[in-house]
Amino acid sequence: MSTVDILFYLLSAFAIVSATMVLISKNPIHSVLWLIMVFFAISGHYILLNAQFLAIVNIIVYAGAIMVLFLFVIMLMNIKKDAEPQKQLLVKLTGVIAGGSLLTLLIAVVKQTSQIQNKQVLLKEGTIGLIHPLGKALFSDYVIPFEISSVLFLSAMVGAVIIGKK
Amino acid sequence: MEIHLTQTILIKHNYISMTILAFDWGLVIEKLILIAVVVFGSLGIALYTTFGERKVAAILQDRPGPNRAGPFGLLQPLADGLKLIMKEEIIPTAANKWLFILGPGLAMTASLMTCAVIPWGSDLELFGRKIALQIADINIGILYVFAVVSMGVYGIMIGGWASNNKFSLMSSLRAASQAISYELAMGLALIALLMTSGSLSLKTIVEQQVTGNWWNIVYQPLGFLLFFIAALAECNRTPFDLPEAENELNFGYHQEYSSMKLGFYLFAEYINMIMSSAIMASMYFGGYDLPFFDESTVAPNIAAMIGVGTLLIKIVLFIFLFMWIRWTIPRFRYDQLMNLGWKTMIPLALFNLLITGALILANL
Repeated sequence: MSTVDILFYLLSAFAIVSATMVLISKNPIHSVLWLIMVFFAISGHYILLNAQFLAIVNIIVYAGAIMVLFLFVIMLMNIKKDAEPQKQLLVKLTGVIAGGSLLTLLIAVVKQTSQIQNKQVLLKEGTIGLIHPLGKALFSDYVIPFEISSVLFLSAMVGAVIIGKK
Repeated sequence: MEIHLTQTILIKHNYISMTILAFDWGLVIEKLILIAVVVFGSLGIALYTTFGERKVAAILQDRPGPNRAGPFGLLQPLADGLKLIMKEEIIPTAANKWLFILGPGLAMTASLMTCAVIPWGSDLELFGRKIALQIADINIGILYVFAVVSMGVYGIMIGGWASNNKFSLMSSLRAASQAISYELAMGLALIALLMTSGSLSLKTIVEQQVTGNWWNIVYQPLGFLLFFIAALAECNRTPFDLPEAENELNFGYHQEYSSMKLGFYLFAEYINMIMSSAIMASMYFGGYDLPFFDESTVAPNIAAMIGVGTLLIKIVLFIFLFMWIRWTIPRFRYDQLMNLGWKTMIPLALFNLLITGALILANL
């Protein structure tokens, strides 16, 4: 096992434990904080793949902006653990079955995808995740999807402002 | 057969331990020493920045300031630190204990983490090794700073919420909304700088200014002004210290804190000031570049030391500017703060981006 392997397993364990804690924490604030931990673990994985740009943008956007807003809303709403309504057994069971089927489906799809079969992940090398190759790819090969998604963001922003003004 | 098997296992074992230990140990030791020097150095400077703040305030208000402990009151920060440590630790019964402890720790960690990408000087040559005076020259240096800054708000939010006090909570929410609003203008001002420099690595940006004719402030005056205002807001310094508005909120997000936990919050603010001064000096004012002086005329080690001294002087000047503003300008009202952030700074930053883009297109 090389250092990279050890780091990979440590990060994966960290991510899975944190993700589990998101689900089983009674206090919603704790759940949010564990979710931030999950984002950090995922960023660690990106760094192992030498995708520094993705790693840091993941932290800036998700951990730095979106989760702050999450925390903000939860703190303002002041959700207490006692006040959380207890759901019926049937609803819980439905959730477990639906989630379990989705997980099975996802695993099946990933295992059958021909593009990733018998291929190893490039750890610690490969430059596609660095900012120069990524920028070149985004603005040459993928320029139309990139521009369309930015228009989508703009329209979402305008929509949010209009809803906020009402 | 048996012997053969044990041999292979042994070889394999050796191989494993070799790959694990195949570090450049010199590099590890060198980086550890550098980290220790930078972290303890910033803590020491922060200690004396608190003293400097009180002296600057005293001079601006025409009074002597602290002058009892030691010559010119120079031992005052040590006395303050000792007092903070000796005070009783109080954790309110209704507080969330773990998060209450985590809050100040996070604030301190986030403010110290920035120092990892700041280039403190040109390369030293010791024992035949080239030692870079920068903990990590990563490909995405400035974005790293940006990410750490956006983490800094968690320390305040978690501490304010865990205190279980209405005023602390209001204050931490104020801090969070202020930080988010001003991060946008900060990011947009940064993008304009990145367009002119073409690199995200702080080392490269500083080297460009050392070898080039002008510092980046000449190319990005508006960008620097926006960045500076945003930095004031991110450090919670006056006129943006609404999270600590004592006449509205009693004390602020650290109201329930006592002893060294309070000290950590207060200290984190000063370390933030040092780090943002270092970042601004590196990005807009040439970093470790001493103006009108050709570094190649002296030995590399001496040039590196001159560089470190120059950067420190620039940092001290910026810190003085921060203090000067604090003791001159009164605090904003909350709506003024939001108007300035969203309706003035962001449009100006976008305008700056457009101008920069146009100038780059016109090849000026």
